[in-house]
Amino acid sequence: MIQLENIIFLIVAGLGIGLFVWQIRKIRKNILIGRDVDLSDNPSERINKTLLVAFGQQKMFKRMLPAVLHLFVYVGFLVINIEVIEILIDGVFGTHRVLAFLGPLYSALMFINEILAALVIVACVIFLWRRNVTRVPRLATGVEMRAWPKLDANFILITEIVLMLALFAFNIAGLKLVQLEGGEVAGSYPISQLFVNIFGDNPNSLHIIERVGWWFHIIGILAFMNYLPSSKHFHIIMAFPNVYYSKLWPKGKFTTNPAITHEIKAMLDPSYQPPAPEVDAEGNPIVQRFGAKDVEDLTWKQLMDAYTCTECGRCTSVCPANLTGKLLSPRKIVMDTRDRMEEKGEHPAIFAPNHYKELGVERVQTTDEKTLLRGYITPEELWACTTCNACVESCPVNIDQLSTIMDLRRYLVLEESAAPASVNAMFTNIENNGAPWAFSPSDRFNWAEDLYVPSKN
Amino acid sequence: MEENKRLVKVPTMAEMAANGEEPEVLFWVGCAGSFDDRYKRVTRAFVQILEHVGVKYAVLGTEESCTGEPAKRAGNEFLFQMQAITNIEVLNAYNVKKIVTACPHCFNTIKNEYPDLGGNYEVIHHSTFLQQLINEGKVKVQGGEAFKGKRITFHDSCYLGRANDIYEAPRDVLAALDADLVEMKRSRANGLCCGAGGAQMFKEPEPGNKDINIERTEEALATLGTGNGVIATACPFCMVMMSDGVKNKEQEESVKVFDIAELIAQAEGLTK
Repeated sequence: MIQLENIIFLIVAGLGIGLFVWQIRKIRKNILIGRDVDLSDNPSERINKTLLVAFGQQKMFKRMLPAVLHLFVYVGFLVINIEVIEILIDGVFGTHRVLAFLGPLYSALMFINEILAALVIVACVIFLWRRNVTRVPRLATGVEMRAWPKLDANFILITEIVLMLALFAFNIAGLKLVQLEGGEVAGSYPISQLFVNIFGDNPNSLHIIERVGWWFHIIGILAFMNYLPSSKHFHIIMAFPNVYYSKLWPKGKFTTNPAITHEIKAMLDPSYQPPAPEVDAEGNPIVQRFGAKDVEDLTWKQLMDAYTCTECGRCTSVCPANLTGKLLSPRKIVMDTRDRMEEKGEHPAIFAPNHYKELGVERVQTTDEKTLLRGYITPEELWACTTCNACVESCPVNIDQLSTIMDLRRYLVLEESAAPASVNAMFTNIENNGAPWAFSPSDRFNWAEDLYVPSKN
Repeated sequence: MEENKRLVKVPTMAEMAANGEEPEVLFWVGCAGSFDDRYKRVTRAFVQILEHVGVKYAVLGTEESCTGEPAKRAGNEFLFQMQAITNIEVLNAYNVKKIVTACPHCFNTIKNEYPDLGGNYEVIHHSTFLQQLINEGKVKVQGGEAFKGKRITFHDSCYLGRANDIYEAPRDVLAALDADLVEMKRSRANGLCCGAGGAQMFKEPEPGNKDINIERTEEALATLGTGNGVIATACPFCMVMMSDGVKNKEQEESVKVFDIAELIAQAEGLTK
């Protein structure tokens, strides 16, 4: 029997889902600001990687404690969503625990649900503790960990705890009501069972608590869903496509710019015919910058990286430059890319990052330029990178921080000739001597002089 | 002793081509291996091993030029491609099929970045090459210096390790020495960079509170403990950074930095 409550539910759910779709479209638009790159190759290898790294959380387990806690929240999220489907059906059709017909399977599901919900609370409490009390350095420090990222992280954890509590309130009150009515309990509730009497035994108030718990949980989920696009928590969606599209070739292989290849070949051989330049919709040739100055010079995958970042700081905590006090923080590079994307393109409902300049973070010498380079990321950061790939290796969701650093560096060198003087000297040496040091090429073979080996008897 | 030694005449590709011959493998020496006084000793040790086992090899000699790697990591794609395309022309003209090099930076670039520009070769790092020689029994690791019980810690090169997932080959080579191999806390995929990659070798570090090679050397020294020990490397840049680190810590009397090829040549009695 469909009542007013169900109609209200339909409207609320429709609004929540509609708003979410609207926000997702904005993010999609932002990501598509990026340059095109074809990553449609090797689907089976990509699926395999997605199963291992995204679904299987493989790289999380480089650090055991957070991995196990995160696993509770992750599995909890996946499994409890089955109950959310039931909540949606109940909400629309005015049914009550519609999946109960599954019998023992339903009992098992509800049993696991309750255990997981309790573990989610435990994990979130420990996560809050790590962030705010023990202050694990990678979570609590770094110039990029401004007010918003810190608030965001705490807000997510508290919300998750509240959502789980609402679920328990709903289960406890429902359980007590069935017991009072002497009916048969559908499902098994090991945790709620322990607290079955905390709301008393007034059927009216129990009914209200049950309804409030139910509404709170479902509205909470809809609100949470619409908060995601403004949050680092968006990784729960983006982790999957981002891992799917991650780099398949060895980490040491950096991209090659074919436009430069054509230029050089034409230079070396005047008869060389470079292919016709690509044209845009109006037939004008597309002139591409060498390297990246702003977000549109990065590929859509590099922009997708920015939306996938969970700001966990594993990359920064293993960065040799960061460990030795340099300004470079791979996490900052990724977070800056997202901030700049949302400054330049669309921005979701809530997200409003504060800029280093406004904060007066003295070490980050950004300028007023409205570009990713210098406006957000300074040459000092870029020149501190040793290209060691530790950040890339450490990222649980396969973000390629290094590729963005390299593209920004390329812009500095190829478009601005703004390399440090000693690096320019190295370039000159390679050009003139075929070696990065100022040695004469004619001396290259001198190492072979007066070389002996024991003669064999 | 003189009569027990023979002078090595290192063959070049040009000479081989003139005689209508092709080597099994081209030894790509690299700029550090050609010019850096310390790393020249590694080049010579590796050639001694090649001569000792009778591999048919050749070098490019003065026809070799920088792979362009430091330029590429510094963002100068144009200079990189100039170098790469020129080198590929030389390599292809000699019909080179297989390349071995003692430099992970040359290795990574030729193996991974030359194919896009028309250079397709089987490229192996000298750690893998030495591992194969040991496995085949061609290098027996005897007749020279004994390493039994000596403490050795291997420092992973980023461009060998994370960049190309080669972690076991250099360790297998060292294991053949029967030494006491000890691992630093940050090793293999979690290895800490020496600080020289990405063209840092050619510039001053950016402002910070410590040099990366000092951080890494401290870790190596702590791992080796007191007494004599060896930091083993497999990369010319790591060699420079770790040697500087050991000097900075005034430990150069007790702790030596050697390339894995030098250790094998010593153990095989080739360096007498």
